[in-house]
Amino acid sequence: MTIAHFLHYAFIQKAYLAGSFVAVLCAMLGLFLVLRKLSLIGDGLSHVSFGAIALGLFFGLYPFWVAIPVVLVASYFVLKLTQKARIYGDASIGIVSSLGVAGGVILASLSRGFNVDLFSYLFGNILAVSTQEVYLSIGLSLVVFTCVILLYNDLFSVTFDEEYARITGIKTERINLVLVFLTAITVVLAIKVVGIMLVSALLILPAATALQIARGFRGAMLISVLCAVGSVLVGTTVSVFLNLPAGATIVMCGLLFFAVALTVRTLRH
Amino acid sequence: MAAVLSVENLSFGYGPVEVLRDVTFVVEAGDYVILAGPNGAGKTTLIKTVLGLTDRYKGEVKLFGQGLSGFAGWGRIAYLPQRVNAFNPLFPATVKEVVGLGLLSQKTFPRRLTRNDELKVTQTLGLMGIADLKDKPVGELSGGQQQRVFLARALVSNPELLILDEPSTALDPQARENFLEFIRKLNREQGITVILITHDTDLIGRHANKVLYIDQCVIYYGPARDIYNSPEMSRYSGVRPPEHGS
Repeated sequence: MTIAHFLHYAFIQKAYLAGSFVAVLCAMLGLFLVLRKLSLIGDGLSHVSFGAIALGLFFGLYPFWVAIPVVLVASYFVLKLTQKARIYGDASIGIVSSLGVAGGVILASLSRGFNVDLFSYLFGNILAVSTQEVYLSIGLSLVVFTCVILLYNDLFSVTFDEEYARITGIKTERINLVLVFLTAITVVLAIKVVGIMLVSALLILPAATALQIARGFRGAMLISVLCAVGSVLVGTTVSVFLNLPAGATIVMCGLLFFAVALTVRTLRH
Repeated sequence: MAAVLSVENLSFGYGPVEVLRDVTFVVEAGDYVILAGPNGAGKTTLIKTVLGLTDRYKGEVKLFGQGLSGFAGWGRIAYLPQRVNAFNPLFPATVKEVVGLGLLSQKTFPRRLTRNDELKVTQTLGLMGIADLKDKPVGELSGGQQQRVFLARALVSNPELLILDEPSTALDPQARENFLEFIRKLNREQGITVILITHDTDLIGRHANKVLYIDQCVIYYGPARDIYNSPEMSRYSGVRPPEHGS
């Protein structure tokens, strides 16, 4: 099969399109999350989406329509637990995510009918993205992308020094809320690309790669985006040719980029 | 002289632990005030309260005649925090990106920086003598250079009030002297009101015209030259003031 033939397949075009949009979001938000030591929020929220998708399947609804509001609410609770309950961010992520997983498992055991569907979300399948999901991914990606662009300096300032950002008049609590909400939407979108189990990798790896070699913040964001999109495109292609699971192959590509960046950094110093 | 900062009967505590008690003072335009006191006296808490970084305080704080709630003139104030030392050296940010953050206080949504803003950043870096560092990552700079970058971030918005929290702790003696001389020039030549927190009493009198000495409450607030002869400080330290002519 030549590349030209390969690119003519509708399922490949959909995978590239939806995957690239989601990858850009993961790369941009991941940089803010990693630098704010909130890397695991993606992991936690993806576990919540497990419960939310189970809820959707249980009631016969389209799972993403249930997952998006549920994960948004969960992200709000993660933030409020961290702020109000005097517990560290990782502990609040653990509390909320365990609720999601426990709820999902109970619903799965009660239903007896949708376990196969539910488990397909655990590992994702970008090659099975429907046209509706492509539109959903592009639409929501554009919303998130616009928010990040409009709030770029606010997000950068809060990430660099939250206290100083407050003094410059930035409503830091509002920006934190926006960041977790955007992350929640992105996590749900990324589930189709790499699956619940590997969503956090798509958020963390491109950002961690960029941090190895970038000198400035804009540069870091650009490198992060290139790595994420590169991982999705290369990973999807390799998975088809080698008949490997797409999500896992995408993550392995991300790890490869990270290893290269780490080597460059080591040689540079 | 117009009041830049007025604090009246300010009290603040963390739960049952009282940190500030009935603090009252006024800083006028053009003042250079040293805010001194022993460790744990509440100096940083006082400044954080003034800057709106703490809530649940009692009393009244006014900046440029306006109360803190709803104060919209943050662009007139610059702050150099103590924990510049705690800056994450792995954070990917160039000098010009960090200094540009100081201009956000003058911006409204979506807080875009213009070419004119970039020019201001370059000019401020030139003023600080670090123009050649503008594309360098801040994490790769020395402690003294980082201090200048953060001061540039504070000054880029042409503030009327500059608040510095222990600004010279990371500097060697020569760099410290140069830094303090630079601040004094800003105060005298550009009329910027300065509040400088320190526990280094050597600075008192050499740079400032006023001293606010606190230890949870105000012990002394007045001319820098009079602090060591003041009855308030003598009472505080349990020593009689020196007799005239002795």
